[in-house]
Amino acid sequence: MNKKARRTAVALVTGVVSIGMLLSGCTPSSSDNASPETISQDDIDKAMTTPTKLTFWTWVPDIENEVKLFEEKYPDIDVTVENVGQGLPHYQKLRSAIEAGEGAPDVAQIEYQYIPSFVLNDSLLDLTAYGADDLSGDYVDWAWNQVSPDTEVWAIPQDVGPMGNLYRNDILSQAGITDPPATWDDYAAAAKTVKDSTGSYISNLGATQAGQMIGFLWQAGVKPFGYDGKETVTIDVNSDEAKKVADYWTNLIQQDLISTDVDFQDQWYQGLASGKYAGWLTAAWGPIFLQGTAEGTSGAWRAAPLPQWNEGDNVSGNWGGSSDAVLASSKNKIAAYELATFINNDEASAMKLATEQFLFPPQVSVLEDPAFVDQESEFYGGQKVNQLFAEISQTVDTDFQWLPYMDYVYSTYEETMGTVIAAKGDIAQALDTWQDQLVTYATDQGFTVK
Amino acid sequence: MSHSPALTAERPAGPPLPKRPTSPAKRTQRRAAYLFLLPFFVVFLSMLVVPLVYAGYLSLFESKLIGGEAFAGLANYARALTDPAFLEGLGRVGLFFIIQVPIMLGLALFFALALDSARAHGSKGIRLLIYMPYAVPAVVATLMWGYLYGPDFGPIAQISRAVGLGTPDFLSPESILGSMMNIVTWEFVGYNMIIMYAALRSIPGELYEAAEIDGAGQFRLAWSVKIPAIRPALMLTLIFSVIGSFQLFAEPSLLNAIAPDAITNSFTPNYYAYNLAFINQELNFAAAIAFLLGIVIAIVSYFVQLGGERSERRERALS
Repeated sequence: MNKKARRTAVALVTGVVSIGMLLSGCTPSSSDNASPETISQDDIDKAMTTPTKLTFWTWVPDIENEVKLFEEKYPDIDVTVENVGQGLPHYQKLRSAIEAGEGAPDVAQIEYQYIPSFVLNDSLLDLTAYGADDLSGDYVDWAWNQVSPDTEVWAIPQDVGPMGNLYRNDILSQAGITDPPATWDDYAAAAKTVKDSTGSYISNLGATQAGQMIGFLWQAGVKPFGYDGKETVTIDVNSDEAKKVADYWTNLIQQDLISTDVDFQDQWYQGLASGKYAGWLTAAWGPIFLQGTAEGTSGAWRAAPLPQWNEGDNVSGNWGGSSDAVLASSKNKIAAYELATFINNDEASAMKLATEQFLFPPQVSVLEDPAFVDQESEFYGGQKVNQLFAEISQTVDTDFQWLPYMDYVYSTYEETMGTVIAAKGDIAQALDTWQDQLVTYATDQGFTVK
Repeated sequence: MSHSPALTAERPAGPPLPKRPTSPAKRTQRRAAYLFLLPFFVVFLSMLVVPLVYAGYLSLFESKLIGGEAFAGLANYARALTDPAFLEGLGRVGLFFIIQVPIMLGLALFFALALDSARAHGSKGIRLLIYMPYAVPAVVATLMWGYLYGPDFGPIAQISRAVGLGTPDFLSPESILGSMMNIVTWEFVGYNMIIMYAALRSIPGELYEAAEIDGAGQFRLAWSVKIPAIRPALMLTLIFSVIGSFQLFAEPSLLNAIAPDAITNSFTPNYYAYNLAFINQELNFAAAIAFLLGIVIAIVSYFVQLGGERSERRERALS
């Protein structure tokens, strides 16, 4: 190597090392996040008429249509929509970009359970100064609490997944069951009847589907997680109520009345289409999803609320859903906030999301709009499925929180709960193991565990 | 021949010539050579050396979600060496190496010898058929096998049920490693075969003639002439297999989707490092694991090579 090349190589290596030092030395300080007390209308008008480029990371298909509405209203703002992957890959890239200090978008789609992990390192912009508080009444309470567990508002709700019961009317009728089971006891009895007389499982419990199980815990009033937004977490996945839920499923699984196939895989798709499962306990995004998956069974399905723990109750849990957050690093905070709000709050845009992208809406106005709730669905024998889930949406427990490290929570769920469910073991015991791992991780990572 | 004394004697004697200034033509040539080498060094530096240095640097720190980063010395390495998840993963890929590699290389050698013996008809077609799986990316291969292994709708299970043998569970915690060995063997037999076959083709014909005159049959020919002659090629495939086995990643990470209860997040060290970095957000610990894995691979490769050389020496001494 000649002298020059050697010098360049040395420069390269030292350059990278010093970048590394910079990275480790400066985590974004919270002072960058400080926003003015309030933003005046003048500020907004000025921001929205200044030519601006925004980047929006989302995996919602065809959301360009909603973005177009925004750009028509604000011709000076140019939005680039980028899909960097759904779920985990999306968050990994988002974290990398935040850590690197460049390349992060202005607005990003974030599922509710991941909001705390971005609040943790001050990556999200508190939207209260921009007037987000005024929007709280536009959304069902529990959905709003997901983006605003305290006084701050971290994101604008986009869609939610209140849970219900989709079932095969034909299979249940064949087993002599005319009404959907009202309580979990009824459900267990029905599971036996269905299995005995038709050979079908009444439903499948995805062995490693943390989202579904957490939804069941949510319905049962369990408060497994808590985070104060700073350094304290509460972890209680093995409470008595949680164990009641665990024992219920252990019992059904061990009697072979519920299958535990891994969901969202070939095996499971085929099971839904072929009648291996006579139902699916799923979220409000499930009905449309199922239509694409089990086309051949159109007309045979019905929707009902989740079975209840106590007769006469009417409560549900939530599985999935996401929001749009503004990153603290955005250079065009006002425009970014307006984009996040417009997409999810503008009447036309929100309606489009609900009826064209089939995202189940958290907005009260859409949930009450006849154009949405009065849709009759042929796949469900002409039932007004949207209306049913709109009603269920009012019954979700408002007070549910997440830990600021849900990637780890889900991954350890798979390791502890998932393996036990697949092996038809004692789920309640697995809850204890899971609890231990979550507490150990929290302590190792410097959190105070309450 | 070049070692014959007669030739050495013809070399010009006397003191070494003083270094002459290089002619302009030579210099241009040299510059061109560097220019051609440049792309390699740029990629080598930016994609290998720099990330390596950075990973080594990272592995000396400890970062927490609360409290940030602090210098930790070798603490991450100490933790890794006592981490049962990491050690079990290493044991698993070790087992994988001991069982799968001999099968794979044995098959590859068998096919290479069979094709080389020219007894097989349509050897070109067969060669292509055996090689083809290697052209399928590991991701696609794993997805495909994942379907074939399926307990309800997979063809293997359906046939097995049809003939009354029940449903084999290829994706259970007990059998997943074997299923994975099968996928990797399927993928790489052809690749290794081609390397061996190419080496077989370059054996000089005189050796065969000599063996034939001595009355050697096909088996004797293969055992005493062909296999020793392609020893370097065999060594090469073996070293590649060491590296491949210990770095196993695509197969576990993809099979995890259909057999999540059978594949833990520390199933192989590489997969563990990935999960530590991107799920647990323990980048520093992941860097230490990656470094240790590299060291383990270097050590195993060294011993494999040493073993190969030793048996070669022994053989020479015998003959």
